[in-house]
Amino acid sequence: MKANPAANAAVLTATAIGKRFPGVVALSDVDLTLAAGEVHALVGENGAGKSTLIKVLTGVYTPDSGTLTYRDSVVSFARPSDAQQAGISTVYQEVNLVPLQSVASNLFLGREPRGRFGLIDFRAMNTAARELLDSYGLRVDVTRPLRTLGMGVQQMVAVARAAATSARVVILDEPTSSLEPREVDTLFGIIERLRADRVAVLYVSHRLDELYRICDRVTVLRDGRLVHSGPMADLPRLRLVAMMLGRDLEEVRREGATKFDGERTAEDTEPVLVATGLTSKHRLDGVDVTVRPGEIVGLGGLLGAGRSETAMAIAGALPLDSGAVTVGGKRLRTGSVAVAMRAGVVLLPEDRKADGILPDLSVRENIVLAALPRLSRAGVVSRRRQDAIVATFMKRLRIKASSQYQRVGDLSGGNQQKVLLARLLCMQPKVLLLDEPTRGIDVGAKAEVQSLVDELAAEGLGVVLISSEFDEVVEGADSIVVLREGRVVTELHGADVNEAALLDALAEAGERE
Amino acid sequence: MTAVATQPEEQSVASGRLTGRERLAALAQRRGSIVVLALVVLIASFSFDSFFTVGNAQNVAIQSSFLAIVALGMTFVIISGGIDLSVGSVYALGGVLAAYGIQWGSLVGLLLPLVVCGAIGLLNGMLVAYGRLAPFIVTLATLLGARGLLLAITDEGSTTRLMARDDWLTRLGQGTFLGLGLPVWITLVLFAIGVLVLQRTRFGHATLAIGGSREAATLMGLPAARNTMIVYLTSGLLAGLAGALAAAYSASGVTIVGEGLELDAIAAVVIGGTLLTGGAGTVGGTLAGVLLLRVIQNVINQIGTLSSYYQSVVSGAFLAVVVAVQAYLSRAYLRGGRR
Amino acid sequence: MKERSPSGLTSAEAARGRSGRREDGESATERSERSTLLRDNGVYAAIVVLLVYNFGFTENFATLANLNTQLVQVAPVLIVALGMALVIGTEGVDLSVGSVMAIAAAILPLYLGYGLVPAIGLALVAGLLCGAVNGTLVAVVGIQPIVATLALLVGGRGLALVLADGQLKDIRNQELLDLGAGKALGIPYVVLIAAVLAVLVFLLVRYTTFGRQLVAVGGNRSASALAGLPVRRVLMTTYLLSGVLAAIAGVVATARLTASDPSAIGNLFELSAITAVVVGGTPLSGGRVRILGTVAGALLMQLITATLIKHNLPDSTAQIVQAAIIVLAVYLQRSRSGGGS
Repeated sequence: MKANPAANAAVLTATAIGKRFPGVVALSDVDLTLAAGEVHALVGENGAGKSTLIKVLTGVYTPDSGTLTYRDSVVSFARPSDAQQAGISTVYQEVNLVPLQSVASNLFLGREPRGRFGLIDFRAMNTAARELLDSYGLRVDVTRPLRTLGMGVQQMVAVARAAATSARVVILDEPTSSLEPREVDTLFGIIERLRADRVAVLYVSHRLDELYRICDRVTVLRDGRLVHSGPMADLPRLRLVAMMLGRDLEEVRREGATKFDGERTAEDTEPVLVATGLTSKHRLDGVDVTVRPGEIVGLGGLLGAGRSETAMAIAGALPLDSGAVTVGGKRLRTGSVAVAMRAGVVLLPEDRKADGILPDLSVRENIVLAALPRLSRAGVVSRRRQDAIVATFMKRLRIKASSQYQRVGDLSGGNQQKVLLARLLCMQPKVLLLDEPTRGIDVGAKAEVQSLVDELAAEGLGVVLISSEFDEVVEGADSIVVLREGRVVTELHGADVNEAALLDALAEAGERE
Repeated sequence: MTAVATQPEEQSVASGRLTGRERLAALAQRRGSIVVLALVVLIASFSFDSFFTVGNAQNVAIQSSFLAIVALGMTFVIISGGIDLSVGSVYALGGVLAAYGIQWGSLVGLLLPLVVCGAIGLLNGMLVAYGRLAPFIVTLATLLGARGLLLAITDEGSTTRLMARDDWLTRLGQGTFLGLGLPVWITLVLFAIGVLVLQRTRFGHATLAIGGSREAATLMGLPAARNTMIVYLTSGLLAGLAGALAAAYSASGVTIVGEGLELDAIAAVVIGGTLLTGGAGTVGGTLAGVLLLRVIQNVINQIGTLSSYYQSVVSGAFLAVVVAVQAYLSRAYLRGGRR
Repeated sequence: MKERSPSGLTSAEAARGRSGRREDGESATERSERSTLLRDNGVYAAIVVLLVYNFGFTENFATLANLNTQLVQVAPVLIVALGMALVIGTEGVDLSVGSVMAIAAAILPLYLGYGLVPAIGLALVAGLLCGAVNGTLVAVVGIQPIVATLALLVGGRGLALVLADGQLKDIRNQELLDLGAGKALGIPYVVLIAAVLAVLVFLLVRYTTFGRQLVAVGGNRSASALAGLPVRRVLMTTYLLSGVLAAIAGVVATARLTASDPSAIGNLFELSAITAVVVGGTPLSGGRVRILGTVAGALLMQLITATLIKHNLPDSTAQIVQAAIIVLAVYLQRSRSGGGS
């Protein structure tokens, strides 16, 4: 299934690309060559620079240094539509289509077929849409609004759109995060078609199995730098992982891929959190989660499985149709974040930029935000108490900022995440719900966060951990609750908490229909 | 290669398919204003003898037409995710310019307002699209600026020019065809074009997409900035046209008109079912919204015993109720399955 | 439901934009520091420039009488702008303030017979009720502030006229007239009232839990909700305050005018208030409330109008100049939140 690694014409070449942002160097001297008819893997940890590189290739950013060569001429894209016109299509991890419009509209947005008087010919558009999707093996009602379809199908529509625009380069950024195994097969079918059509494909993912299945070449980034580039077949898995992490091969084999210490706590104590029958229409259907003090419970599942919704429901941020949440033996009123917080249940949201930090406010203000009522008397906030709390947590979490008054928006992702954690810890929680705590932060901060979580668990906190990185879930969690489409499909405990079992559980969940 | 099928009736938990109730909510959102309008007209016809007369209908129609033209432009602006507060001043400016320009003939009388008001619209568009300034504030500034301009060319508001009755522009404003005023016909034609443009052209599609999510639309390669400019340009043009027609209708360029017109236009658009947040909307609904506002005013006039101040109270309360219902429906309709 | 603030961005887009990165060569931290300096202090600089100019080139400007006149004229707008700054800080807007002023003005003559205090008290209660209506529509029902307060803008003016039967009523109550024209220590009462309110609101925003929570809610509503803040309560309180402050402004304006004129009082005040707030450096996208800046913004706009009038420049010029200033002020603000991420 792999293409002949004989010399394929280079379609898009990036040479010595550099890009900085305030406080961080995102890319430094990175090279990448995409050749026609080749599927090229781009691999790296969070914060390695993958998405920045993609944004440079697609005209979202202009590089500070280096050149882009497209079809033998040097180019510079001022905006995304320039790159698109040139023939570079991208499918992002977040489905970047228009949810209120129909499937057919989304497929043809910007290039709708026109009929008489230059008006859009809907019949032609719908027919063409249907044919296009059929040819890829997708049977969808093209007149439905996009948002009525599952995430997986939405993602497939995005891929179909990219493939259909006679692009010469198609970039897929984590395309399978919302796909079930069957859909992954369909996706790979589309990719084969692209390969046959001599399109250059850039495939970004950390699902190593998939990479080895479909990709011809691989480029590894770490901390914004190019670490390796070469044929996929020449790079064994373990070496790839070691390169991504910057660790010694032996070390990785010995100590695992994350900073989680991998020890299992086998407590038989009273659970600190018991959630039963969590149900919210269209989102959750009877989910149960139990957490003991000192235990780290992982929530496993694909995108759209309901992991974030479960965490939000427990934290009171998602209204429930039915279900009970008990903390320390006391039943909680659901649907209120304030009530949950008072009971000691706190949530670190998945999207820290949209739902977490207040970027224009200072580190100090962000940390004390949730605890304000506790720090004030008669409505006036006590400066002294604020000082004390901020100093304590900045030290404990090693938050790197020029001062407590620095604007949080200017901090690196890792430090922003730490500020959020500090905010939660101010509330003296009993249960920590962490939704993607290490997403989009650099390797160093990641390690710190992972160790911190272990520490907190060791101190007796109950932790619910959601992470799209299998390594984190497998090494960090004492047990895993696997979700699919809002239901619990299986639970893994003890020795069953390993990557193979988790993958099986996810795959099996996918087959069962 | 396995095929992935999606059966329409599958009710999986997290996929967020539309239930019957949600479909009904969507329908109510988009067509509700027409139903309410029909109801109000029906009730009013039975309650007041003087309501359901030809004369009254003609009256309501012509009074609505000027607001309707302005609201048409506003519809597109709001659908694209913006807002245009300057239309009231631009409308007044259009009227004054028409009265001023007609001394050189009807053609100038028509073109002068269009050119100047179009330029103001273009200015709005550029500041919003390329300057990346918030539409609210930009058009607030243009609101002041346009009115300042108006004062400047009318000796601080003291000069009201009259328009000669035999110029074709004046006759355009005052003439009738099949019993309805010409401006009414112009309005109908413009709205028909508007419906076509919104639903059947690439431009209209792009506007909907951009209003839905500017980020996604840009990433999909749509020319968001150019689209925005055209949308504001059109709003300015239509406001100017409406003002010119209104001046022609009254055969004079009155300087104090238009104050608060932008708010009426916004109210009409929102009542008509267009989402203030953008991304979805209906041109036909705006027409219904305009008619609804004017009919309510008319009904209160019919009552006679109530002072005309009650008009505003009722309009205000009505707006609040309608928008509250919309908010409720939107929540049901827009709750899609995410994540 | 995706909420769009008056700034035109959704909450998420604004948050991402603010916390995101800019792609230009110059270090964005450096650039943002420079523009913050300009944005925050441009108002004051402009005021100083105008004052100097007027002291030098305008006759009768530097007299105590004139300064008093200017301050008295700006007082009602300033009071309304204080409330508007709070609302804008939550990423909202209150278009109804002019109508609330009119309602307050309409209520006064009806109850002055019972005494000054009861009459003012009832006017303030009316303002509170209007604020409650706005607050309920925005915080409980979830309507966009621009439309919610639009309803009261339309309906409120009518209500005021109904209460007053459409009539302008002269004020005969001596105490109220004294309030409007009298002085303490050489400073007019109305100016003192405005100053005291400004200080109170400043302290409220800076040092109270409510104030900090208000700023947070405006900065990022979903983050605030997830952090357990009582978002609805904060929003409701904000609109209540705006309503009360508008009512106070209505009372003050009526006292100065020596007549209750519900058809004219407060006309277009919302525009002046929003202008003062924006020029003073409080962004429409919420998350920052600059009370001192708002005061400065109101003073600046007053100064501009006064300068133009004293030099016999017409209203039209004044309005065009005001328009240009607004655009300039917003342009300076935008350097922070306009960029992509």
